[in-house]
Amino acid sequence: MFKKLPIMLLTLTMVLVLAACGSNGGTTTGSGAGTDTGSTGGENSSELSGSILAVGSTALQPLVDQVAQKFMADSKYANVSVQVQGGGSGTGLTQVSEGQANIGNSDVFAEEKLDADKAAELVDHQVAVVAMAAVANKGANVKDLKKQQLVDIFTGKVTNWKEVGGADQKIVVINRPSSSGTRATFEKYALGQKTEDPAGSIQQDSSGTVKKLIAETPGAIGYLALSYLDDSVTALSYDGVEPKVENVEAGKYPIWAYEHMYTKGEPDASTKAFLDYMLSEDVQQSDVTELGYIPMSGMQVQRDAEGKVSQK
Amino acid sequence: MEHSKVTPREAQRRRLPLEKHRLEDWIGKIYTSVCVVFLIAVIVSIVYFVTSKGVATFAVNGVSLTEFFFGTHWAPDAAEPSFGALPAITGSFLVTLLAALIASPLSIAAALFMTEIVPTFGKRILQPAIELLSGIPSVVYGFIGLTLIVPFLRDHVGGQGIGVGAGALVLSIMILPTITSVAADALASLPRGLREASYALGATRWQTIYRVVLPTVLPALLTGIVLGMARAFGEALAVQMVIGNAPYIPTSLLESASTLTSVITLGMGNTAMGSIQNNALWSMALVLMLMTFVFILIIRLLERRNRI
Repeated sequence: MFKKLPIMLLTLTMVLVLAACGSNGGTTTGSGAGTDTGSTGGENSSELSGSILAVGSTALQPLVDQVAQKFMADSKYANVSVQVQGGGSGTGLTQVSEGQANIGNSDVFAEEKLDADKAAELVDHQVAVVAMAAVANKGANVKDLKKQQLVDIFTGKVTNWKEVGGADQKIVVINRPSSSGTRATFEKYALGQKTEDPAGSIQQDSSGTVKKLIAETPGAIGYLALSYLDDSVTALSYDGVEPKVENVEAGKYPIWAYEHMYTKGEPDASTKAFLDYMLSEDVQQSDVTELGYIPMSGMQVQRDAEGKVSQK
Repeated sequence: MEHSKVTPREAQRRRLPLEKHRLEDWIGKIYTSVCVVFLIAVIVSIVYFVTSKGVATFAVNGVSLTEFFFGTHWAPDAAEPSFGALPAITGSFLVTLLAALIASPLSIAAALFMTEIVPTFGKRILQPAIELLSGIPSVVYGFIGLTLIVPFLRDHVGGQGIGVGAGALVLSIMILPTITSVAADALASLPRGLREASYALGATRWQTIYRVVLPTVLPALLTGIVLGMARAFGEALAVQMVIGNAPYIPTSLLESASTLTSVITLGMGNTAMGSIQNNALWSMALVLMLMTFVFILIIRLLERRNRI
């Protein structure tokens, strides 16, 4: 009788644990919403309190991190704590959609990752713009590429730099993983189509590694956010337009995307305070530009989820 | 059950059921049982979670098993997505086998050196040094691979430097300590009489090692190699940094390829939970988990043989 006791206990616990696993999704959504409403205090910002969890895009993480530190140091928001986590755009969107995070950071529009009905529940707060450039190894001896030339390179049709007016050297394509937000932006606005990795191409996710590889590998080509560019690599002009902040703001250079901070429904008071702080002129002109993003206020054009560009 | 003989002590114990040490005994028992039950529950839930997520690709999203295991085309985000995991599976096995091939002779030689040839120096300096190797975080190995091995291969061997070869080299360094430690322990635990008997018959040291020592500890050596392979198979970060991650079956050792772990780590954060792309990654995780079970099974079988 006693010998069987542990086994019975064990079975019982396992059943309980599995049951708890099953209902997990439902309960977290509920409790997440609970903390949201709890922090909705009065109109007076000095009474704001609560904690904000922002999860997602690693490309946006350094900015949110820095602004969060500044925000918490401000005496007006002393009772609000902001936690910032990476994990990728997909993770951010999933967690905010399921109510596990207050803010989901993403490099892409939610419509591109989530089902339409789930994306519709989210409210988009665009906090900055990130522009990218096609970047080549210096030895390639190319300064400018046309759209079609880029397409040919990234689909593996052109395999030698001399075919696009450069040195006689084999092209090594350095791509992002197929689900990456950076790659989605580059494919959508620079190539105008989705591509498949040519055989022998390299995939890396971290911008630092991509830059290192482009700088060191003869014949390498990839793409990087403007903030990563320096003398070790050649940033290529696109259809004759140089990758520069002014050109992006004027709408001449098309390879850019918004950095989004999504909330589920309208944000509660403290989350709203943080998002407003993010968009304040002070933050936009200092932290945003300092870290290599382009402030929202500078943009003379805007773009919707379908990629339609219009004058502001 | 027989209860015919009751000693005086037993009789007293029955009279005082809540005596202090009996209570302590019970508390200890309950505490450890709760811990064990919790541990088992954690393991069971992980296995359940990975399995349910991994199976969803086939059960919910309708990807066929043949496509997943034998399809050579991995394009989960394409307009017409396809989920052939064969390139990643091949890549994982390829780097694991190559790493084991490179690391095993080195490790076994190192273990022999430490135990048979210069035991004092080996025990005091070499063994701690080798154990230190296993404590280095894998991102450091990856970075060393990227800064030293990749440029070396590119300049002196050819190709892009990044590829299966670089991955196998980095992994082989990572699994060296695993195999060496297991081999050294096995060699050290060998009874002295065995070697002395061999020497008494007039055998030299090399004859003893080759004919007596190595055959005796062979199962333990194999266990070490399988343990190392299990580590290599599951290693993600270091490999991802140097292997290139192109979703193709490589045609040469200098060509970019992907492994199960590198595809998972690159894709997991960028895909939304519950989407078909995400589920396909969980299926890969399931394959990894099943492979780990296979490795553990092999180790168990080897250990059983070892005892005889």
